[in-house]
Amino acid sequence: MPRMPKQRGMNALVETRNMSIRIGGHTALKGVDFSISKGEIVTIIGPNGSGKTTLLRAIIGALKPSSGEVKRQANLSIGYVPQKLHIDPTLPLSVERFLGLPKRRSAETATAALAKAGVQGIQKRPMQRLSGGQFQRVMLARALLEEPQLLILDEPTTGLDQPGAAQFYHQIEEIRRDLGCAVLMVSHELHVVMSASDRVICLNGHVCCHGTPEVVASAPEYRELFGRGTHGALALYRHVHDHDHSECDHEGVDHAG
Amino acid sequence: MLDDFLIRAMLAGIGVALAAAPLGCFVVWRRMAYFGDATAHAAVLGVALSLAFGVSVFIGALGVALAMALLVSALNGRGLGMDSVLGVLSHSALAVGLVAASFLHGVRIDLMAYLFGDILAVGRADLWVIWGGAALVVALVGWRWSALLMATLNEDLAYAGGINPKREQLVLTLSLAVVVAVAIKVVGVLLIAAMLIIPATAARPLVRSPEMMAIGAAVIGAISAIVGVQASLMFDTPTGPSIVCVAAALFVLGNLAGGLMRR
Repeated sequence: MPRMPKQRGMNALVETRNMSIRIGGHTALKGVDFSISKGEIVTIIGPNGSGKTTLLRAIIGALKPSSGEVKRQANLSIGYVPQKLHIDPTLPLSVERFLGLPKRRSAETATAALAKAGVQGIQKRPMQRLSGGQFQRVMLARALLEEPQLLILDEPTTGLDQPGAAQFYHQIEEIRRDLGCAVLMVSHELHVVMSASDRVICLNGHVCCHGTPEVVASAPEYRELFGRGTHGALALYRHVHDHDHSECDHEGVDHAG
Repeated sequence: MLDDFLIRAMLAGIGVALAAAPLGCFVVWRRMAYFGDATAHAAVLGVALSLAFGVSVFIGALGVALAMALLVSALNGRGLGMDSVLGVLSHSALAVGLVAASFLHGVRIDLMAYLFGDILAVGRADLWVIWGGAALVVALVGWRWSALLMATLNEDLAYAGGINPKREQLVLTLSLAVVVAVAIKVVGVLLIAAMLIIPATAARPLVRSPEMMAIGAAVIGAISAIVGVQASLMFDTPTGPSIVCVAAALFVLGNLAGGLMRR
């Protein structure tokens, strides 16, 4: 099994060592070695049910490992954007109030965070009445208000169209540059992932392979999971990426397998 | 002023309304209605036990309600069909409590008072207990307010923000047991859940923030208590149910007003 390079352990924000997680008698993750350092963008890919969300939940402390360990840097601030967030219709919650959880924020701070996340003028709106794209951006804005050292996004572009998703990832890169935070995300959009990540971890109940996008894309384990077509998509996407994400025609890269 | 049984009854009702309001909001937001029922019903057993052993009814009800609330919390999240499990626990607790009470001679009339409340018999000591319990619950929920909201919104968001949702759940569990114990004398075990849910739900269409919903629920609950006590005296109706009837009427009014506001 591939191991993470040892030297990363020195300044890792979060590190797991030989971590296994059992959920209801079923082993969701087995022997995972993982680490993420300051300022890195790491993407987790893998088929459905491969334990991607489980890994994120273990990292934020929502799941306890059944063996192995998770080490978080002391006082690590985490901004978390879950895949889905159902807000009960009986809970009256405006965007402004949502952004003020758990700590109250001034109107200016909230507006600035919304702008950074790419959405404006919706402070007074109830959370339940936002579109999918607005909702994602509001969740991102709230995560940014935590001034995260580590920003965690679980399939953040679910419900966005391709240009919207590309723009979202572009924004993530900008945020990383401005805040210097590490970014850990789960994504299905292989071509985007491959272009926007420093490191990719391919998960399927255990770490299948990991490394730079190029290394992972040429690994046999990866090809077994995602097929050979991806390499072509990667090349094509690299090309598209050269033109900067703005308003690109993404035709031809909408599938990865 | 406290010599007047009517004033004492109203003060008791307002005390329960104030404690039930913020807690009731969480019961509604988290869909814990049955949870409230199970805890309240368990209190009947607590009443029977305390009468049998000559302990204060408040202490007995609090103890058994707390045990039930903890049991339900522990079962929650174990992947069981929570709805049916709560139904089993809630009604079993009530039945066991009623059977246990039947073994005690001479408390049959008392029992009605505990099932439906006996607010007009509230004495000064009861008032202290009710307002003490209410202050405790309001302080506890107020102190944990933000963390409770986060845990209610999404457990993972709470964890990521360094909040342990399990601990916050315990705050609600404890508060629920206290509210049940202080509300028995006022509305009775069968209608405690009504005082949690109806005022909060009545306030919902009129407000835009969680805080306003809690305040709205407190106001609606207090009005229900004041009007309910007077109405029960005027029409010679049972007091606890009368209070709940007023709350239900306010719920209808709240929804009508909310509908008009949205136009």
